Amino acid sequence: MTSLVRLERVTCRYGAEPVLVDVDLDVSAGSFVGVVGPSGSGKTTLLRTIMGTVPPVAGAVRRRSGLRVAYVPQVETVNWNFPVTVSECVLMARTRGRRLPWASAAERAEVASVLDRLGIGEFAGRHIRELSGGQQQRVFVARALFRRPDLLLLDEPTSGVDVRTRHEILHLLNELNDGGLAILLTTHDLNGIAAHLPTLVCLNRSVIGAGSPRSVLTADVLERTYGARMDVLEHGGMPVVVEQYPFADNVVELRRPAS
Amino acid sequence: MTTLLEPFQFEFFRNGLLVATLAGALCGLVGTFVVLKGMSYIGHGLSHAIFGGFAASALLGVNLFLGAGVWGFASALLIGGVTRRRRVIGSDAAIGVITTASFAIGLALIKVFGSRGKNADAYLFGNVLGVDRAQVVLVTLVLVLAVAAVFFGYRALLFSTFDPEVADVSGVRTARVDALLMLVLAATILATMNVLGVTLVAATLVIPPVVARMLTNSFGRMLALSTSIGTFSGFVGMVASYHLDIAPGPMIVLVGSGLFALVFVLTGLRGLGRAGGLEADLA
Repeated sequence: MTSLVRLERVTCRYGAEPVLVDVDLDVSAGSFVGVVGPSGSGKTTLLRTIMGTVPPVAGAVRRRSGLRVAYVPQVETVNWNFPVTVSECVLMARTRGRRLPWASAAERAEVASVLDRLGIGEFAGRHIRELSGGQQQRVFVARALFRRPDLLLLDEPTSGVDVRTRHEILHLLNELNDGGLAILLTTHDLNGIAAHLPTLVCLNRSVIGAGSPRSVLTADVLERTYGARMDVLEHGGMPVVVEQYPFADNVVELRRPAS
Repeated sequence: MTTLLEPFQFEFFRNGLLVATLAGALCGLVGTFVVLKGMSYIGHGLSHAIFGGFAASALLGVNLFLGAGVWGFASALLIGGVTRRRRVIGSDAAIGVITTASFAIGLALIKVFGSRGKNADAYLFGNVLGVDRAQVVLVTLVLVLAVAAVFFGYRALLFSTFDPEVADVSGVRTARVDALLMLVLAATILATMNVLGVTLVAATLVIPPVVARMLTNSFGRMLALSTSIGTFSGFVGMVASYHLDIAPGPMIVLVGSGLFALVFVLTGLRGLGRAGGLEADLA
Protein backbone atom coordinates (compact mmCIF):
# COMPACT_ATOMS: atom_id res chain seq x y z
CA MET A 1 0.00 0.00 0.00
CA THR A 2 1.11 3.58 -0.64
CA SER A 3 2.76 5.25 2.32
CA LEU A 4 1.11 8.53 3.34
CA VAL A 5 3.42 9.45 6.20
CA ARG A 6 6.60 7.75 7.34
CA LEU A 7 8.46 8.65 10.53
CA GLU A 8 12.09 7.51 10.50
CA ARG A 9 13.91 7.47 13.85
CA VAL A 10 12.11 10.65 14.87
CA THR A 11 13.08 12.37 18.11
CA CYS A 12 11.15 15.39 19.43
CA ARG A 13 11.87 17.54 22.45
CA TYR A 14 10.09 20.27 24.41
CA GLY A 15 13.11 22.12 25.79
CA ALA A 16 15.60 19.59 27.07
CA GLU A 17 12.93 16.98 27.76
CA PRO A 18 12.64 14.31 25.02
CA VAL A 19 9.01 13.47 24.26
CA LEU A 20 9.53 11.10 21.36
CA VAL A 21 12.71 9.05 20.94
CA ASP A 22 13.70 7.18 17.76
CA VAL A 23 10.11 6.63 16.64
CA ASP A 24 9.55 4.66 13.44
CA LEU A 25 6.01 4.63 12.07
CA ASP A 26 4.45 4.13 8.67
CA VAL A 27 0.87 5.20 7.97
CA SER A 28 -0.29 3.86 4.63
CA ALA A 29 -3.31 4.69 2.48
CA GLY A 30 -6.51 3.09 3.80
CA SER A 31 -4.97 2.09 7.13
CA PHE A 32 -6.67 2.46 10.51
CA VAL A 33 -4.14 2.86 13.30
CA GLY A 34 -4.68 3.34 17.02
CA VAL A 35 -1.97 4.74 19.29
CA VAL A 36 -2.16 3.85 22.97
CA GLY A 37 0.06 4.78 25.87
CA PRO A 38 -0.03 6.40 29.30
CA SER A 39 -0.52 10.13 29.81
CA GLY A 40 2.62 11.99 28.81
CA SER A 41 3.80 9.17 26.55
CA GLY A 42 3.95 11.46 23.50
CA LYS A 43 0.68 10.54 21.73
CA THR A 44 -0.42 14.12 21.03
CA THR A 45 3.16 15.08 20.10
CA LEU A 46 3.15 12.21 17.61
CA LEU A 47 0.01 13.66 15.99
CA ARG A 48 1.58 17.13 15.91
CA THR A 49 4.75 15.74 14.37
CA ILE A 50 2.72 14.06 11.64
CA MET A 51 0.87 17.37 11.05
CA GLY A 52 4.16 19.26 10.95
CA THR A 53 3.55 21.60 13.87
CA VAL A 54 6.25 19.97 16.04
CA PRO A 55 9.44 19.57 14.02
CA PRO A 56 11.72 16.66 14.97
CA VAL A 57 15.17 17.43 16.37
CA ALA A 58 16.44 14.21 14.82
CA GLY A 59 15.15 11.78 12.21
CA ALA A 60 12.84 12.54 9.31
CA VAL A 61 9.11 12.81 8.61
CA ARG A 62 8.32 11.94 5.00
CA ARG A 63 4.88 12.88 3.71
CA ARG A 64 3.44 11.90 0.38
CA SER A 65 3.50 14.87 -1.98
CA GLY A 66 0.22 16.84 -1.77
CA LEU A 67 -0.95 14.91 1.29
CA ARG A 68 -4.03 16.46 2.92
CA VAL A 69 -4.25 15.89 6.67
CA ALA A 70 -7.22 16.85 8.82
CA TYR A 71 -7.26 16.93 12.59
CA VAL A 72 -10.05 16.41 15.11
CA PRO A 73 -9.06 17.83 18.53
CA GLN A 74 -10.18 16.54 21.91
CA VAL A 75 -13.67 17.89 22.56
CA GLU A 76 -12.51 18.97 26.02
CA THR A 77 -10.40 21.66 24.35
CA VAL A 78 -13.37 23.17 22.46
CA ASN A 79 -14.78 26.52 23.63
CA TRP A 80 -18.47 25.57 23.81
CA ASN A 81 -19.56 29.15 24.53
CA PHE A 82 -18.18 30.43 21.24
CA PRO A 83 -21.05 31.63 19.01
CA VAL A 84 -20.85 29.17 16.13
CA THR A 85 -23.49 27.01 14.49
CA VAL A 86 -22.84 23.52 13.15
CA SER A 87 -22.71 24.70 9.52
CA GLU A 88 -20.44 27.66 10.40
CA CYS A 89 -18.12 25.28 12.23
CA VAL A 90 -17.82 23.03 9.18
CA LEU A 91 -17.48 25.89 6.69
CA MET A 92 -14.60 27.58 8.53
CA ALA A 93 -12.33 24.69 7.51
CA ARG A 94 -12.40 25.77 3.84
CA THR A 95 -9.95 28.65 4.02
CA ARG A 96 -8.36 28.20 0.61
CA GLY A 97 -9.93 29.31 -2.64
CA ARG A 98 -13.14 31.20 -1.96
CA ARG A 99 -12.48 34.21 0.25
CA LEU A 100 -15.98 35.59 0.65
CA PRO A 101 -17.66 35.25 4.07
CA TRP A 102 -20.76 33.47 2.82
CA ALA A 103 -20.81 29.96 1.35
CA SER A 104 -21.32 29.35 -2.35
CA ALA A 105 -24.23 27.15 -3.48
CA ALA A 106 -21.75 24.33 -4.13
CA GLU A 107 -20.26 24.71 -0.63
CA ARG A 108 -23.70 24.73 0.99
CA ALA A 109 -24.56 21.51 -0.85
CA GLU A 110 -21.23 19.98 0.21
CA VAL A 111 -21.77 20.93 3.86
CA ALA A 112 -25.28 19.46 3.74
CA SER A 113 -23.89 16.30 2.16
CA VAL A 114 -21.15 15.87 4.80
CA LEU A 115 -23.59 16.53 7.66
CA ASP A 116 -26.16 14.11 6.21
CA ARG A 117 -23.46 11.48 5.78
CA LEU A 118 -22.65 11.77 9.47
CA GLY A 119 -26.33 11.82 10.49
CA ILE A 120 -26.41 15.39 11.79
CA GLY A 121 -27.90 17.17 8.77
CA GLU A 122 -30.94 18.33 10.74
CA PHE A 123 -28.73 20.23 13.21
CA ALA A 124 -26.98 22.51 10.67
CA GLY A 125 -28.44 25.70 12.17
CA ARG A 126 -27.99 24.69 15.82
CA HIS A 127 -25.35 26.00 18.18
CA ILE A 128 -22.65 23.36 18.81
CA ARG A 129 -23.38 23.30 22.55
CA GLU A 130 -26.97 22.22 21.92
CA LEU A 131 -25.92 18.76 20.66
CA SER A 132 -25.23 15.48 22.46
CA GLY A 133 -21.64 14.30 23.01
CA GLY A 134 -21.67 11.97 19.99
CA GLN A 135 -23.22 14.63 17.77
CA GLN A 136 -20.62 17.17 18.91
CA GLN A 137 -17.82 14.78 18.00
CA ARG A 138 -19.46 14.29 14.59
CA VAL A 139 -19.45 18.04 13.99
CA PHE A 140 -15.68 18.15 14.32
CA VAL A 141 -15.28 15.03 12.19
CA ALA A 142 -17.50 16.79 9.60
CA ARG A 143 -15.26 19.87 9.74
CA ALA A 144 -12.24 17.64 9.14
CA LEU A 145 -13.93 15.76 6.27
CA PHE A 146 -14.87 19.08 4.64
CA ARG A 147 -11.16 19.51 3.95
CA ARG A 148 -11.35 16.30 1.85
CA PRO A 149 -8.38 14.73 3.66
CA ASP A 150 -6.32 11.67 2.75
CA LEU A 151 -5.47 11.12 6.41
CA LEU A 152 -7.70 11.86 9.40
CA LEU A 153 -6.04 12.33 12.80
CA LEU A 154 -8.15 12.20 15.96
CA ASP A 155 -6.94 12.99 19.48
CA GLU A 156 -8.86 10.93 22.05
CA PRO A 157 -12.13 10.88 20.08
CA THR A 158 -13.94 8.89 22.76
CA SER A 159 -12.62 10.69 25.81
CA GLY A 160 -15.38 11.41 28.32
CA VAL A 161 -18.24 9.88 26.30
CA ASP A 162 -20.63 7.11 27.31
CA VAL A 163 -20.58 3.56 25.94
CA ARG A 164 -23.29 4.15 23.35
CA THR A 165 -21.58 7.28 22.01
CA ARG A 166 -18.29 5.42 21.89
CA HIS A 167 -19.93 2.71 19.76
CA GLU A 168 -21.41 5.37 17.48
CA ILE A 169 -18.03 7.04 16.98
CA LEU A 170 -16.21 3.76 16.36
CA HIS A 171 -18.90 2.70 13.88
CA LEU A 172 -18.64 6.05 12.09
CA LEU A 173 -14.84 5.82 11.86
CA ASN A 174 -15.07 2.25 10.55
CA GLU A 175 -17.44 3.43 7.82
CA LEU A 176 -15.09 6.26 6.85
CA ASN A 177 -12.16 3.85 6.78
CA ASP A 178 -14.15 1.39 4.65
CA GLY A 179 -14.62 4.29 2.23
CA GLY A 180 -10.84 4.50 1.83
CA LEU A 181 -9.93 7.21 4.35
CA ALA A 182 -6.75 6.54 6.35
CA ILE A 183 -7.26 7.13 10.07
CA LEU A 184 -4.87 7.46 12.98
CA LEU A 185 -6.27 8.07 16.45
CA THR A 186 -4.99 8.17 19.99
CA THR A 187 -6.93 6.55 22.79
CA HIS A 188 -6.73 5.48 26.42
CA ASP A 189 -9.52 2.96 25.88
CA LEU A 190 -7.80 -0.39 25.40
CA ASN A 191 -10.90 -2.59 25.34
CA GLY A 192 -13.56 -0.28 23.93
CA ILE A 193 -11.52 1.14 21.05
CA ALA A 194 -7.95 -0.16 20.69
CA ALA A 195 -8.82 -3.86 20.64
CA HIS A 196 -11.26 -3.25 17.74
CA LEU A 197 -8.76 -1.55 15.42
CA PRO A 198 -6.79 -3.37 12.71
CA THR A 199 -3.44 -1.89 13.77
CA LEU A 200 -2.21 -0.77 17.15
CA VAL A 201 0.90 1.10 18.28
CA CYS A 202 1.94 1.05 21.94
CA LEU A 203 3.87 4.22 22.66
CA ASN A 204 5.83 5.42 25.63
CA ARG A 205 8.21 7.99 24.16
CA SER A 206 9.35 5.25 21.78
CA VAL A 207 7.37 2.53 20.05
CA ILE A 208 7.11 -0.46 22.40
CA GLY A 209 5.02 -2.61 20.07
CA ALA A 210 3.16 -2.31 16.77
CA GLY A 211 0.89 -4.68 14.90
CA SER A 212 -2.52 -6.29 15.26
CA PRO A 213 -4.23 -5.97 18.68
CA ARG A 214 -3.75 -9.70 19.23
CA SER A 215 0.03 -9.39 18.73
CA VAL A 216 0.43 -6.12 20.66
CA LEU A 217 -1.97 -6.44 23.57
CA THR A 218 0.18 -8.80 25.60
CA ALA A 219 1.03 -8.61 29.28
CA ASP A 220 4.69 -7.99 28.47
CA VAL A 221 4.14 -5.14 25.97
CA LEU A 222 1.50 -3.51 28.19
CA GLU A 223 3.76 -3.62 31.23
CA ARG A 224 6.59 -2.04 29.27
CA THR A 225 4.21 0.59 27.92
CA TYR A 226 2.31 1.49 31.08
CA GLY A 227 4.72 0.35 33.78
CA ALA A 228 1.90 -1.62 35.40
CA ARG A 229 0.89 -5.27 35.37
CA MET A 230 -2.17 -6.15 33.29
CA ASP A 231 -3.71 -9.48 32.44
CA VAL A 232 -4.88 -10.17 28.91
CA LEU A 233 -7.83 -12.54 28.54
CA GLU A 234 -9.70 -13.56 25.43
CA HIS A 235 -13.39 -13.01 24.86
CA GLY A 236 -15.19 -13.72 21.59
CA GLY A 237 -11.85 -14.08 19.82
CA MET A 238 -10.67 -10.64 20.96
CA PRO A 239 -8.11 -9.68 23.59
CA VAL A 240 -9.52 -8.15 26.76
CA VAL A 241 -7.17 -6.24 29.04
CA VAL A 242 -7.79 -6.54 32.77
CA GLU A 243 -6.01 -4.18 35.09
CA GLN A 244 -4.44 -5.54 38.26
CA TYR A 245 -5.06 -3.42 41.33
CA PRO A 246 -2.25 -4.12 43.84
CA PHE A 247 -4.33 -2.60 46.65
CA ALA A 248 -7.64 -4.17 45.63
CA ASP A 249 -8.02 -6.05 48.94
CA ASN A 250 -7.64 -2.83 50.88
CA VAL A 251 -10.28 -1.13 48.72
CA VAL A 252 -12.72 -4.00 49.37
CA GLU A 253 -11.92 -3.77 53.06
CA LEU A 254 -12.61 -0.04 53.15
CA ARG A 255 -15.92 -0.43 51.33
CA ARG A 256 -17.14 -3.29 53.54
CA PRO A 257 -19.83 -1.94 55.83
CA ALA A 258 -18.92 -1.89 59.47
CA SER A 259 -20.52 -4.77 61.37
CA MET B 1 -39.39 67.61 15.11
CA THR B 2 -37.70 70.93 14.37
CA THR B 3 -35.98 70.77 17.75
CA LEU B 4 -34.79 67.26 17.01
CA LEU B 5 -33.26 68.34 13.70
CA GLU B 6 -31.84 71.57 15.09
CA PRO B 7 -28.20 70.38 15.58
CA PHE B 8 -27.98 69.13 11.99
CA GLN B 9 -27.70 72.71 10.72
CA PHE B 10 -24.23 72.99 12.29
CA GLU B 11 -21.28 71.61 10.31
CA PHE B 12 -19.31 70.76 13.46
CA PHE B 13 -22.24 68.60 14.59
CA ARG B 14 -22.63 66.90 11.21
CA ASN B 15 -18.90 66.05 11.19
CA GLY B 16 -19.09 64.85 14.78
CA LEU B 17 -22.17 62.74 14.08
CA LEU B 18 -20.57 61.15 11.03
CA VAL B 19 -17.35 60.33 12.82
CA ALA B 20 -19.13 59.04 15.95
CA THR B 21 -21.37 56.77 13.84
CA LEU B 22 -18.41 55.44 11.84
CA ALA B 23 -16.37 54.98 15.04
CA GLY B 24 -19.28 53.05 16.60
CA ALA B 25 -19.48 50.73 13.60
CA LEU B 26 -15.70 50.25 13.58
CA CYS B 27 -15.50 49.42 17.29
CA GLY B 28 -18.50 47.07 17.05
CA LEU B 29 -16.90 45.18 14.15
CA VAL B 30 -13.38 44.88 15.58
CA GLY B 31 -14.66 44.40 19.13
CA THR B 32 -16.32 41.11 18.16
CA PHE B 33 -12.91 39.49 17.64
CA VAL B 34 -11.42 41.22 20.68
CA VAL B 35 -14.15 39.90 22.99
CA LEU B 36 -14.24 36.40 21.51
CA LYS B 37 -10.44 36.12 21.83
CA GLY B 38 -10.81 36.89 25.54
CA MET B 39 -8.95 40.20 25.19
CA SER B 40 -11.65 42.63 26.35
CA TYR B 41 -9.13 44.52 28.44
CA ILE B 42 -6.89 45.21 25.43
CA GLY B 43 -8.84 48.28 24.31
CA HIS B 44 -8.35 49.89 27.70
CA GLY B 45 -4.74 48.75 27.89
CA LEU B 46 -3.74 49.85 24.40
CA SER B 47 -5.27 53.28 24.78
CA HIS B 48 -2.99 53.74 27.80
CA ALA B 49 -0.01 52.10 26.07
CA ILE B 50 -0.32 54.61 23.25
CA PHE B 51 0.43 57.35 25.79
CA GLY B 52 4.02 56.06 25.77
CA GLY B 53 4.02 56.55 22.01
CA PHE B 54 2.81 60.14 22.36
CA ALA B 55 5.57 60.96 24.84
CA ALA B 56 8.29 59.30 22.74
CA SER B 57 7.05 61.00 19.55
CA ALA B 58 7.03 64.39 21.24
CA LEU B 59 10.56 63.79 22.48
CA LEU B 60 11.84 62.68 19.07
CA GLY B 61 9.96 65.42 17.26
CA VAL B 62 8.11 63.01 14.94
CA ASN B 63 4.43 63.19 14.00
CA LEU B 64 2.47 62.40 17.18
CA PHE B 65 -0.21 60.46 15.41
CA LEU B 66 2.21 58.33 13.38
CA GLY B 67 4.50 57.72 16.36
CA ALA B 68 1.62 56.74 18.62
CA GLY B 69 0.22 54.47 15.90
CA VAL B 70 3.48 52.58 15.45
CA TRP B 71 3.90 52.36 19.23
CA GLY B 72 0.34 51.03 19.64
CA PHE B 73 0.78 48.43 16.90
CA ALA B 74 4.12 47.32 18.41
CA SER B 75 2.47 46.98 21.84
CA ALA B 76 -0.40 44.95 20.36
CA LEU B 77 2.04 42.66 18.53
CA LEU B 78 4.07 42.23 21.71
CA ILE B 79 0.94 41.21 23.64
CA GLY B 80 0.02 38.70 20.94
CA GLY B 81 3.59 37.40 20.77
CA VAL B 82 3.94 36.95 24.53
CA THR B 83 0.61 35.12 24.73
CA ARG B 84 1.42 32.84 21.81
CA ARG B 85 4.98 31.95 22.83
CA ARG B 86 4.56 31.53 26.55
CA ARG B 87 1.26 29.80 26.99
CA VAL B 88 1.57 30.04 30.77
CA ILE B 89 0.97 33.78 30.43
CA GLY B 90 -2.68 34.54 29.71
CA SER B 91 -3.64 37.38 27.38
CA ASP B 92 -5.06 39.40 30.30
CA ALA B 93 -1.73 39.21 32.16
CA ALA B 94 0.27 40.05 29.02
CA ILE B 95 -1.98 43.07 28.40
CA GLY B 96 -1.54 44.17 32.02
CA VAL B 97 2.26 43.96 31.92
CA ILE B 98 2.94 45.46 28.49
CA THR B 99 0.41 48.29 28.46
CA THR B 100 1.16 49.53 31.99
CA ALA B 101 4.90 49.37 31.26
CA SER B 102 4.29 51.41 28.12
CA PHE B 103 2.18 53.94 30.06
CA ALA B 104 4.93 54.18 32.68
CA ILE B 105 7.54 54.82 29.96
CA GLY B 106 5.39 57.71 28.76
CA LEU B 107 5.12 59.21 32.25
CA ALA B 108 8.87 58.81 32.85
CA LEU B 109 9.77 60.43 29.52
CA ILE B 110 7.54 63.41 30.21
CA LYS B 111 8.92 63.75 33.73
CA VAL B 112 12.55 63.67 32.55
CA PHE B 113 12.31 65.56 29.25
CA GLY B 114 9.01 67.44 29.55
CA SER B 115 6.26 67.27 26.97
CA ARG B 116 8.17 69.56 24.56
CA GLY B 117 5.15 71.79 24.24
CA LYS B 118 2.89 69.02 22.91
CA ASN B 119 -0.42 68.67 24.63
CA ALA B 120 -1.14 64.95 24.89
CA ASP B 121 -4.51 65.63 26.52
CA ALA B 122 -6.02 66.55 23.18
CA TYR B 123 -5.11 63.11 21.85
CA LEU B 124 -5.86 61.21 25.02
CA PHE B 125 -9.27 62.61 25.82
CA GLY B 126 -10.39 63.85 22.42
CA ASN B 127 -13.31 66.02 21.42
CA VAL B 128 -15.79 64.68 18.93
CA LEU B 129 -17.31 68.09 18.29
CA GLY B 130 -13.91 69.44 17.33
CA VAL B 131 -13.13 66.86 14.64
CA ASP B 132 -12.09 68.13 11.24
CA ARG B 133 -12.37 66.63 7.77
CA ALA B 134 -8.99 64.89 8.13
CA GLN B 135 -10.23 62.97 11.16
CA VAL B 136 -13.43 61.98 9.36
CA VAL B 137 -11.29 60.67 6.49
CA LEU B 138 -9.01 58.81 8.93
CA VAL B 139 -11.87 57.00 10.69
CA THR B 140 -13.42 56.19 7.28
CA LEU B 141 -10.12 54.76 6.00
CA VAL B 142 -9.64 52.60 9.10
CA LEU B 143 -13.25 51.37 8.79
CA VAL B 144 -12.66 50.46 5.14
CA LEU B 145 -9.45 48.65 6.17
CA ALA B 146 -11.28 46.74 8.93
CA VAL B 147 -14.22 45.80 6.69
CA ALA B 148 -11.83 44.63 3.94
CA ALA B 149 -9.79 42.56 6.45
CA VAL B 150 -12.93 40.91 7.84
CA PHE B 151 -14.54 40.44 4.42
CA PHE B 152 -11.56 38.81 2.74
CA GLY B 153 -10.19 37.05 5.80
CA TYR B 154 -13.52 36.03 7.31
CA ARG B 155 -13.00 32.28 7.52
CA ALA B 156 -9.36 32.51 8.59
CA LEU B 157 -10.28 35.05 11.29
CA LEU B 158 -13.18 32.91 12.50
CA PHE B 159 -11.12 29.71 12.48
CA SER B 160 -8.13 31.21 14.28
CA THR B 161 -10.36 32.94 16.85
CA PHE B 162 -12.41 29.81 17.59
CA ASP B 163 -9.79 27.09 17.33
CA PRO B 164 -6.26 28.44 16.77
CA GLU B 165 -4.45 25.11 17.11
CA VAL B 166 -6.56 23.32 14.50
CA ALA B 167 -6.56 26.42 12.28
CA ASP B 168 -2.78 26.32 12.37
CA VAL B 169 -2.64 22.73 11.14
CA SER B 170 -5.36 23.41 8.59
CA GLY B 171 -3.29 25.85 6.61
CA VAL B 172 -4.31 29.10 8.32
CA ARG B 173 -1.28 31.26 9.07
CA THR B 174 -2.53 32.15 12.51
CA ALA B 175 0.47 34.33 13.39
CA ARG B 176 -0.23 36.50 10.34
CA VAL B 177 -3.96 36.57 11.05
CA ASP B 178 -3.29 37.66 14.64
CA ALA B 179 -0.86 40.35 13.44
CA LEU B 180 -3.48 41.65 10.99
CA LEU B 181 -6.06 41.78 13.77
CA MET B 182 -3.64 43.63 16.06
CA LEU B 183 -2.86 46.11 13.28
CA VAL B 184 -6.56 46.79 12.72
CA LEU B 185 -7.13 47.05 16.48
CA ALA B 186 -4.29 49.53 17.02
CA ALA B 187 -5.53 51.61 14.06
CA THR B 188 -9.07 51.48 15.46
CA ILE B 189 -8.02 52.70 18.89
CA LEU B 190 -5.84 55.43 17.47
CA ALA B 191 -8.51 56.66 15.07
CA THR B 192 -11.36 56.61 17.60
CA MET B 193 -9.50 57.95 20.65
CA ASN B 194 -9.99 61.51 19.43
CA VAL B 195 -13.69 60.88 19.24
CA LEU B 196 -14.38 58.95 22.40
CA GLY B 197 -11.47 59.46 24.78
CA VAL B 198 -9.13 56.75 26.07
CA THR B 199 -11.26 55.27 28.79
CA LEU B 200 -14.36 55.05 26.64
CA VAL B 201 -12.76 53.34 23.63
CA ALA B 202 -12.59 50.13 25.66
CA ALA B 203 -16.33 50.31 26.37
CA THR B 204 -17.25 50.79 22.72
CA LEU B 205 -15.10 47.79 21.80
CA VAL B 206 -16.72 45.52 24.37
CA ILE B 207 -20.38 46.54 24.87
CA PRO B 208 -21.71 46.01 21.30
CA PRO B 209 -20.34 42.45 20.93
CA VAL B 210 -21.54 41.47 24.40
CA VAL B 211 -25.06 42.72 23.58
CA ALA B 212 -24.91 40.93 20.22
CA ARG B 213 -23.78 37.70 21.89
CA MET B 214 -26.88 37.76 24.08
CA LEU B 215 -29.02 37.91 20.95
CA THR B 216 -27.50 35.17 18.80
CA ASN B 217 -25.55 31.92 18.76
CA SER B 218 -24.22 32.47 15.23
CA PHE B 219 -20.84 34.09 14.61
CA GLY B 220 -21.94 35.74 11.35
CA ARG B 221 -25.05 37.24 12.95
CA MET B 222 -23.06 38.36 16.00
CA LEU B 223 -20.62 40.22 13.78
CA ALA B 224 -23.44 41.98 11.90
CA LEU B 225 -25.40 42.72 15.09
CA SER B 226 -22.37 44.06 16.94
CA THR B 227 -21.52 46.41 14.06
CA SER B 228 -25.15 47.58 13.90
CA ILE B 229 -25.33 48.13 17.68
CA GLY B 230 -22.08 50.11 17.59
CA THR B 231 -23.42 52.23 14.71
CA PHE B 232 -26.72 52.81 16.50
CA SER B 233 -24.97 53.75 19.76
CA GLY B 234 -22.69 56.22 17.99
CA PHE B 235 -25.54 57.92 16.14
CA VAL B 236 -28.10 58.02 18.94
CA GLY B 237 -25.48 58.86 21.57
CA MET B 238 -24.26 61.81 19.56
CA VAL B 239 -27.77 63.21 18.96
CA ALA B 240 -28.74 62.65 22.62
CA SER B 241 -25.55 64.36 23.81
CA TYR B 242 -26.61 67.57 22.05
CA HIS B 243 -30.13 67.58 23.46
CA LEU B 244 -29.19 66.45 26.98
CA ASP B 245 -26.03 68.57 27.09
CA ILE B 246 -23.85 65.64 28.11
CA ALA B 247 -20.39 65.01 26.59
CA PRO B 248 -20.67 62.80 23.45
CA GLY B 249 -18.21 60.08 24.57
CA PRO B 250 -20.02 59.18 27.79
CA MET B 251 -23.41 59.49 26.05
CA ILE B 252 -22.41 56.98 23.33
CA VAL B 253 -21.29 54.53 26.03
CA LEU B 254 -24.50 55.17 28.01
CA VAL B 255 -26.63 54.30 24.95
CA GLY B 256 -24.68 51.05 24.56
CA SER B 257 -25.04 50.29 28.26
CA GLY B 258 -28.79 51.01 28.04
CA LEU B 259 -29.07 48.54 25.16
CA PHE B 260 -27.19 45.99 27.23
CA ALA B 261 -29.63 46.44 30.13
CA LEU B 262 -32.63 46.26 27.79
CA VAL B 263 -31.45 43.09 26.02
CA PHE B 264 -30.40 41.61 29.36
CA VAL B 265 -33.95 41.99 30.68
CA LEU B 266 -35.75 41.03 27.46
CA THR B 267 -33.73 37.89 26.78
CA GLY B 268 -33.81 36.89 30.45
CA LEU B 269 -31.76 33.98 31.60
CA ARG B 270 -31.15 32.71 28.06
CA GLY B 271 -29.14 35.78 27.13
CA LEU B 272 -27.53 35.89 30.56
CA GLY B 273 -26.34 32.34 30.08
CA ARG B 274 -24.65 33.23 26.79
CA ALA B 275 -23.01 36.38 28.11
CA GLY B 276 -22.09 34.58 31.32
CA GLY B 277 -20.30 31.96 29.28
CA LEU B 278 -18.52 34.73 27.44
CA GLU B 279 -17.38 36.29 30.67
CA ALA B 280 -16.29 32.92 31.96
CA ASP B 281 -14.06 32.63 28.90
CA LEU B 282 -12.61 36.03 29.55
CA ALA B 283 -11.80 35.28 33.17
